[in-house]
Amino acid sequence: MTVSLWRIFYNGLFTQNPIFRLALSLCPALAVTSTVMNCVAMGMSVWFVITASNTVVSTFRHYVNPKVRVPVFITIIATLVTVVQLVLAAYFPELYKALGIYLALIVVFAIILARAEMFAAKNSVVPSFFDGFGMGAGFAGAMILIGIVRELFGSGTLLGYPVFGAWYDPALVIKLPPGGFLIIGLLIGIFNMIGDWREKRGEVKAKAGKNKAAAAAAPGGAS
Amino acid sequence: MMAEYFKEYFTLFMGAVLVNNFVLTRYLGLCIFFGVSKNLNASIGMGMAVTSVITLSSLLAWAIYNFVLVPYQLTFLTTVVFVLLIASFVQLLEMIIKKYAPTLYNLWGIYLVLIATNCIALGVPLIVAESAYNFPQTVVFAFGSGSGFALALVLMASLREKLQLADVPKPLQGLGIAFILTGLLALSFLGFSGMIPL
Repeated sequence: MTVSLWRIFYNGLFTQNPIFRLALSLCPALAVTSTVMNCVAMGMSVWFVITASNTVVSTFRHYVNPKVRVPVFITIIATLVTVVQLVLAAYFPELYKALGIYLALIVVFAIILARAEMFAAKNSVVPSFFDGFGMGAGFAGAMILIGIVRELFGSGTLLGYPVFGAWYDPALVIKLPPGGFLIIGLLIGIFNMIGDWREKRGEVKAKAGKNKAAAAAAPGGAS
Repeated sequence: MMAEYFKEYFTLFMGAVLVNNFVLTRYLGLCIFFGVSKNLNASIGMGMAVTSVITLSSLLAWAIYNFVLVPYQLTFLTTVVFVLLIASFVQLLEMIIKKYAPTLYNLWGIYLVLIATNCIALGVPLIVAESAYNFPQTVVFAFGSGSGFALALVLMASLREKLQLADVPKPLQGLGIAFILTGLLALSFLGFSGMIPL
């Protein structure tokens, strides 16, 4: 049981990483990634929303008429996003301002609705929780990774602290929107390379007769 | 007087199309952008569908925001209300078009479903609400944003058709190179940023 829950978690974290592998929910991923702090805030918000929405959807899955399921799911997600918005506005007004409309746009993240529809609506509460938790972790991790790269090279700082000495001349373009696209493109490439390498290693292992790691547990997402 | 108005709206329009292009500087509508831009014909259809839908839905959202949410101090519900409003509006539009303009439905029908819950369809009304635009400003801004999206989509589709002949390193094939291409496109759009004094 623990093993399969770990699989579900890991599936979201790497195998089907929402940003790099499925390319879902990219809009905010790019828009707010110019500093690490924004990425942490956005990542945490999404992590909370996707875990909570998976849990709630799964809890009520028998009471929702399949015909109206999508509007119901959207309402659940929108309510959770509103909660996050109010909390951030109350306790972290600066972050709330920096994230701007992208916080509200969590509602239309394809990944959240896709997980609700494909996983939470069909599975019981505990696996759904872990699925959301893993997907959220994958999302937050990818966001923070992009944020680190962009802040490090775009302004030469991490979380606002200077990393390089005075000799480093920050590449402004990385902080600007085009840099976001370029960095994500390259990171997707790197992720694909790692994925290919792991697949090859997996094949070798399978040939050697060892038990092959279970492939992606859940079906692929759609945008 | 007239010239002043014209100048204001022209600036707003060009700002939405070129300077603050929705895809290339605001990062909205990327799912559709990368999904549809593989095909030039599809991207033209999608561009037109998005432009008309967001113009209409922004007006509706503007009316609801200013005549219902603000007077009754319900602005904290903006997100929930806008999402449901736009999703149901698009569904309604789909039904109306299916009934009264089947030809149009055959052309656009599949795109409408995609637009229903999309960041660009929700983003424009949210920006309109945030910037407190008035009625004509909303029309111009929403139409401009849609046109900017369509422009970026068509440009990208043309680029990607050329890309099929290029020899791209394996890990970058598909999405990776599409992102880098978009980055270069965005870089060229940065050139417009000096055009309008903001």
